[in-house]
Amino acid sequence: MDRIPILKMGPFLLVTIQVDLYDRLALTLENDLISMVSQTGAKGVLIDISAVTIVDSFMGRILGNIASMSRIMDAETVVVGMQPAVAITLVELGLTLQGVYTALDVEKGMDLLYNKIGIIDVLEEDDQEEEPDDCND
Amino acid sequence: MIVMTKDTMQIVREQDVVPFRNRVREYAAKIGMSLVNQTKLITAASELVRNMLKYANGGKVLIEIISKNAQTGVRLTFIDEGPGIANVQQAMQDGFSTGKSLGLGLPGTKRLVNEFDIKSTLGEGTTVTVIHWKNGR
Ligand SMILES: Nc1ncnc2c1ncn2[C@@H]1O[C@H](COP(=O)(O)OP(=O)(O)OP(=O)(O)O)[C@@H](O)[C@H]1O
Ligand SMILES: [Mg+2]
Repeated sequence: MDRIPILKMGPFLLVTIQVDLYDRLALTLENDLISMVSQTGAKGVLIDISAVTIVDSFMGRILGNIASMSRIMDAETVVVGMQPAVAITLVELGLTLQGVYTALDVEKGMDLLYNKIGIIDVLEEDDQEEEPDDCND
Repeated sequence: MIVMTKDTMQIVREQDVVPFRNRVREYAAKIGMSLVNQTKLITAASELVRNMLKYANGGKVLIEIISKNAQTGVRLTFIDEGPGIANVQQAMQDGFSTGKSLGLGLPGTKRLVNEFDIKSTLGEGTTVTVIHWKNGR
């Protein structure tokens, strides 16, 4: 209840946020993620917010901090599954998640990360219908 | 204007934010507000309650369901007895912050809701009132 679990998946860290975070929990997550990136040398962080119904400026700032701290340690951050209502609201609020990539779901987020760090996703070979956006570089 | 339901919540610490947001959601859902409008209202409420905690050490919020010209909506009144705001016009500008923050809360909130009003007196406190109509925008 006091911590959000962080899973290591290959070169990435995956966090699934299941509840609307109260501030202390969000700050703990920020610290845990940053120290885990540095301990594991992870190349990417995936944050699944598909169950999150509210992102206010505080939460937005936490996501931005995670991304910029991770980048310093050479890891990219992808926020996945943002609900459309949340996305619309963020735009109107005026909050841009700087340095944070977004993807529709965890799978697409992984593709994006693999592309960013230049590793070919071998699991993706039998799924040729959806080409990643920028795979021809 | 007819007030149909009325409730007050004291906000004194960070842990009050999530239950407060849930209460606002309950009210918005009760009148059948769409998901996007609910999200906008709750995000605005979250910003205002954070300001109240950060700058005025808390306060109280009046939550009401109101009806005017055959429209139904939720009205939230944030009342604090904090230091007040020296220059409200300046505080309403994007990017103005005395708290080394983004300065998005007040202007962003105004964009998110249908009606917005702020009154502040130095040394006495601040009252912010927002209304979001069921079918607003
Ligand atoms: N309830 C309040 N009492 C006293 N001052 C306030 C109150 N609410 C806002 N202010 C003042 O207005 C400024 C602007 O508020 P606003 O919410 O727009 O930005 P912020 O809180 O500084 O940053 P952000 O909301 O983006 O984290 C604040 O920095 C603060 O000086
Ligand atoms: Mg604020």
